[in-house]
Amino acid sequence: MSQSVTDVICPFCGTLCDDLEVIVSDDGKKIEDIYNACAIGAEKFMHAQAAGRVKRPRMQQPDGSYKEVSYDEAVEYTAQMLHKARKPLMYGWSSTSCEAQSVGHEIAEKVGAIVDNTATVCHGTTLIAVQDVGIPSCTLGEIKNRADRIIFWGCNPCHAHPRHQSRYSIFPRGYFTNKGHKNRKVVVVDPRDSDTAKMADYHFKVEQGRDYELLSAFRVALRNEPLPEKVAGIPREKIIEAADMLKSGRFGIIFFGMGVTQSLSKNHNIDNAIMLTKDLNEFTKFSIMAMRGHYNVTGSGQVLGWQFGYPFAVDLSRGFARYNPGESTSNDLLRRGEVDAVFVLGSDPGAHFPISSVKKISQLPSVCVDPHITPTSEISKLHVPVAFVGVEVGGNCYRMDNVPIEARKVVDPPEGMLTDVEFLSRVNSRLEKLSGGK
Amino acid sequence: MEGGKEKDAYTQACGIIEMDPSDLKRLGAWRGTNVRVTSKYGDVVVKAVEATQGPHPGLAYIPMGPWANSVVNPNTYSTGMPTFKGTPIEVEIAMNEKVLSSVELVQKKCRGEA
Repeated sequence: MSQSVTDVICPFCGTLCDDLEVIVSDDGKKIEDIYNACAIGAEKFMHAQAAGRVKRPRMQQPDGSYKEVSYDEAVEYTAQMLHKARKPLMYGWSSTSCEAQSVGHEIAEKVGAIVDNTATVCHGTTLIAVQDVGIPSCTLGEIKNRADRIIFWGCNPCHAHPRHQSRYSIFPRGYFTNKGHKNRKVVVVDPRDSDTAKMADYHFKVEQGRDYELLSAFRVALRNEPLPEKVAGIPREKIIEAADMLKSGRFGIIFFGMGVTQSLSKNHNIDNAIMLTKDLNEFTKFSIMAMRGHYNVTGSGQVLGWQFGYPFAVDLSRGFARYNPGESTSNDLLRRGEVDAVFVLGSDPGAHFPISSVKKISQLPSVCVDPHITPTSEISKLHVPVAFVGVEVGGNCYRMDNVPIEARKVVDPPEGMLTDVEFLSRVNSRLEKLSGGK
Repeated sequence: MEGGKEKDAYTQACGIIEMDPSDLKRLGAWRGTNVRVTSKYGDVVVKAVEATQGPHPGLAYIPMGPWANSVVNPNTYSTGMPTFKGTPIEVEIAMNEKVLSSVELVQKKCRGEA
């Protein structure tokens, strides 16, 4: 007989679905089926069971091959590397629990490291904009119950946050939105006819990289000021029509993603989007929210925020917290060759950083803590596999709207495998001894 | 992506370039042809496929992954964020070259072999 575990949290994207049902074999060791999850979430649970999973740490040999080592050796290598380094980079933190992040930060403080999370290549520019102009936001629950004007700007939740629309933004029937999608008007701004755009009432096929102009045009249209015939490839009449439609709503929300944070204008795009939200609040209630990717990148920002005061790119190398995007951010540090060791946990810079930064990681002493085999693990000097958070160990995570949700453990990790917290705690106590208990 | 980045499925999903049919025609390439994508910042061999979320003539799309990161602009302009989008590229047919797997590609690039 199999047993069912209900209300499981999905550790994939920032939507952090909390209604999964996982069917587990009677001995509690094997996942047999998953209900309610999207294809990617289900894949993550199933991958934890995959044959050929790495179960012990592996050290890179001079010929580039990997040799299995014990967890003790892995702890020793990691502690020595961080202890000897003058300015190590500790990157990642978005696919792990807040508890692990907290231990990681303790280590970073001890060794004078730079702590940076995946926001640096994701919503880092959003965080800069939020510091510049603030952010009027809300929770996903409010959106489900109230929002009747939904904007997806430079994001494609159909593929990146597959259940976002059915649980919160387009389809659910909420308290004041009891007709579901019939209550809502959806606007998508994307240079491609993305699958999200196909569901929209209005699709603005903006010219690539011209989001700032279009955001400004909306702000002009709201003020009834004159507009040129076309802005960013969109005719004036369409902009005015959409601006009127947004004004007529009762509650609106702008969701935005990588389309605006990674294009050339970066934080200025988000500045402008937040100011558009502010302007819309002259007419009706409007909010704005970042579509956070990793399931706990928001948590990393939170934990760094309450411990050091900054949400990413925290430089602790001088014994106190400094923050200067462009200087203390991973890609700038790597490109300028300012770090002498790299520790990666819960992220894959090997696949997600520009290749020039990846090359630098491969030339430095490096440790990659990750349950999967990834391009990062295959260029690091040491790969430490750990238990999957949210599958094999619980922990606290933050949803994209900054709501903390406790992830649950579903099955046991493979025998003898450490969790993120256990591994980091062992490195931390070893460092304690190395630094003479100071 | 969650099924293992060392697997073929990841290469098939991300080692591609989505191009508008008109651009494919201009290039003289069949769907499924391997092409070499070159930018100011690097080059990579990927498979050209027809845009699934098009049409968007003049615009091509490589999904996030080491293939895209071989050609994007790494400059952050003091924001910490590399300029992942809007990189001008040139595409040429490279029928006899292989699309490397994610691990192979990154390892070779790091050793300066690719």
